[in-house]
Amino acid sequence: MRPEQQGVEVAVLVSVGRHPITGRARRADQDARGLELALGLERQLPGSRVSLLHAGPRGEESEAALRGYLGMGLETLTLLEQAEGADAIPALAEHLAAAPPQLVITGARAERGEGSGLLPYALAERLGWPLVNGLAAVERVENGVATLLQALPRGQRRRLKVRLPAIVSVDGAAPVARQSAFGPARRAELEATPVAAEPDRELAQWQLAPARKRPKRLKVIKAASARDRFKAAAAKAEGGGGQVLADVTPAQGAEAILKLLREEGVLPR
Amino acid sequence: MREIHRRDPRREWIVRNRLHPEHLSVLAEQGGGAASEWLGPQGVIRKNPHAIGFIGPNGVKRIDRSGAQQGGQAAGGARQAAQDSRRQVTIEAPAFLVAVVPELSGGRLSGHDKDLLGLARRLADADAERPGAVLAVVFGEHKEEGFGEAGIDRLLHLDDGGYAGFAPEARLAALSAVERELAPRHWLLPDSPLGGADLGRRLALRLGERPATGVWQLEASESGWRCTARGAAESLDIQRPLPRVALALAECAEPVDETRHAAEPLSLAEAIPSALSRIEDLGQVAVDPAGVALAEAEFILSGGNGVKDWDGFHHAARVLGATEGASRVAVDDGFMDRHRQVGATGTWVTARVYMAVGISGAIQHLQGIQSCDKVVAINLDPGCDMVKRADLAVIGESAEILAALVAKVEQQRGGQRDAA
Repeated sequence: MRPEQQGVEVAVLVSVGRHPITGRARRADQDARGLELALGLERQLPGSRVSLLHAGPRGEESEAALRGYLGMGLETLTLLEQAEGADAIPALAEHLAAAPPQLVITGARAERGEGSGLLPYALAERLGWPLVNGLAAVERVENGVATLLQALPRGQRRRLKVRLPAIVSVDGAAPVARQSAFGPARRAELEATPVAAEPDRELAQWQLAPARKRPKRLKVIKAASARDRFKAAAAKAEGGGGQVLADVTPAQGAEAILKLLREEGVLPR
Repeated sequence: MREIHRRDPRREWIVRNRLHPEHLSVLAEQGGGAASEWLGPQGVIRKNPHAIGFIGPNGVKRIDRSGAQQGGQAAGGARQAAQDSRRQVTIEAPAFLVAVVPELSGGRLSGHDKDLLGLARRLADADAERPGAVLAVVFGEHKEEGFGEAGIDRLLHLDDGGYAGFAPEARLAALSAVERELAPRHWLLPDSPLGGADLGRRLALRLGERPATGVWQLEASESGWRCTARGAAESLDIQRPLPRVALALAECAEPVDETRHAAEPLSLAEAIPSALSRIEDLGQVAVDPAGVALAEAEFILSGGNGVKDWDGFHHAARVLGATEGASRVAVDDGFMDRHRQVGATGTWVTARVYMAVGISGAIQHLQGIQSCDKVVAINLDPGCDMVKRADLAVIGESAEILAALVAKVEQQRGGQRDAA
C-alpha cells in the first residue's frame, strides 16, 4: 500500500489570529491546526511538500504572529503583501491558480476582520475545486483521490473521498497544533511579494463594534390565568403523554424500546 | 315572558343545612352544575361559599380562584384549548417568497430551525397588506409533522436518494433550481455546522452574493432591513444592510407561536439537473462511543441505583453503541466514574435518545437531561418521576429487559450478516 501513495503538494493558508482575551496578534488556532494536519500528512506520505501562504499587510505585530507558524518546523512563508483592508481572495486565488497545489488547507474562520468563514468557499468557487469543511484527518491519498475523515457534531466522523485538487477547511476537531519554537521561527524567512490589491469597499461601509452580550431569551408564558402561569413557572420537566408499559414480559418491553431506537436511528448498523 | 319563581321551603332549608344527608345533591340541582351560585327567588344572586372548591387528593379542600375548577382532567382540556387557539393563516397570492433551508437534525425541526422560521416570518409579514410567504426547502426523509405550526406557508420536499449524507453539490444544484424558478427575495439558513453553515456559504457564492453570517438581530430601518452579525471569532458586531442570503444563529428571533400556516406542498416544474459530484460519501465511521464526550453524545445509556448487574449493563452499552452515563448514586457507590455522572452536579447532556435504567429521576438528574429529545425509562416503580418524564417507560426488572434487548439486537445483526 505504501508505494502506491505518492507525495502531495499542500498549501496551507494562514492568517493572523487574535488572542481571545488580550486581543494581541497570535497564530490563529484553526490555521495552526491546519498546518499541524499538513505536517502530519508530510510524515505520512514521504515526498509531500508543505508551503505556507498568507495575504495581508506586513507589520511588526503581524510578522511576529506569522513567525509563530514558521516555528512549527517550516523554513519559508510566502507573503502576498497587500495594503490594510484589502480583499485577500483575488490575490490568493491568482497565486493558487498560477502554481496549483493538490491540496489547500485553511482554517474555517478568521479571528480578525469579518471572520465570516467565506474565504475557502470563495476560493473553491473561483478555482472550481471541490471543498470539504470540518476536516478531522486525512487517511490516504492515492491516484489523485484523497480519503478524508470529516468531523460531525456529537463526536461523529464521516469518511469522504475527494478528487484532488481540493480545498479543505479545518475547525476545532483537527489535531491540536504543536508548540512553536522561537529560534527556528526567528531564523525562518518571509518571502514577501507585493501584489495589486483592491480595497474591500463593502466592509468599509459597515459599522463594526465590539461584540455586545446577546440578550438572554426570556421564557414568555402566555397563560390566561394565574394558576396556569404558576404551573408553567413551577413545572417539573415532563414529557407529557409518554407511553408506559406495565405488566409486559421483558421481551415485549425490549421490542418496544428497540422500535423507538430504530425510529430515532441511533443504533449502529 | 317573565319566569315565575316558585319557592320550595324544604329544599331551601336543605340547601342551608350543610349537615343534611341530601344537602349536596339538592345543592347541585339548584345550581345546575356550578353549585356555588344560583338565582334566588327574589332575582338576587345567591352564593354558597361552602360549595366552592374541591376535595384534593389528600382529603383537604382546595380552592382554585382561577375560575378553572379542576379535578384532574381540566388541565388536559386547557392544554388542548391552548393548542387550538392558534390563528389559521393562509397566504394565497404571496407578494414574494422567503426561502428557508432548515437543517432538520434527526429528521425534525430543531429549536434553531424554529427560530429561523420566526425570523423568516418577520421578513414575510412586515407589510400586512402585501405579505410574503415562507418557503421551506426540505431535503431527504423527515419525521416532522408541525411544519404549519412552525410558520411555513409553502413546503418544497425534495425526497431523492442523492441528497442523503454529505452531498453539498447535489443540494446546491437543487437550490440553484429553486432560485431560477421561484426567485425568493431572501434566503435564510441556520449557521450550524451540520446544516446551513456549509450549504449557505456555497449557495451565496453561487448566487454571487456576499452573505451575512452569524446574524443574531434584525431590525427595520427607513432604508430597509439591517442586521447585526457576529464576526471575528465572536468578538465583533457587524451592522450592515441585510443581504439576500443570511446565515443566522440560534435565538435570532422568537419562534412562531400564535399562528398556524398552510405548509402547502410545492413542486418544481423543471427537473433538477444532476450535478457531477467530485465528493463521494462513504458513510459514517463507527466511533468508539466510550470516547465521545458525554455532553455531546447522541445516545446515552444511563444506569442508577436500580441496576444490579453492572457487567450486563456495560455489555448492553457496547452492543447498542451507546455512551455510558450514570446517576449520582451509581457514581457515589463506585460503579461508574465521576465524569460519567449526569445531572446538576455532573454533565448536562444533550442526547437525542437517553435511556435511563433504574433511575428514579431526582430533580437534579432531570435538570441534566432537560434538552434530551427522547427519554426511555426502565424502572420497577411505575410512579417515579423518570417514568413521568419518559416518552417510553417499561416497568420491569432492568437486567432482564436489557438482556432481552441485547439478544434482539444481536439476533438481528446476526440475521443481517447471514443475509449478506
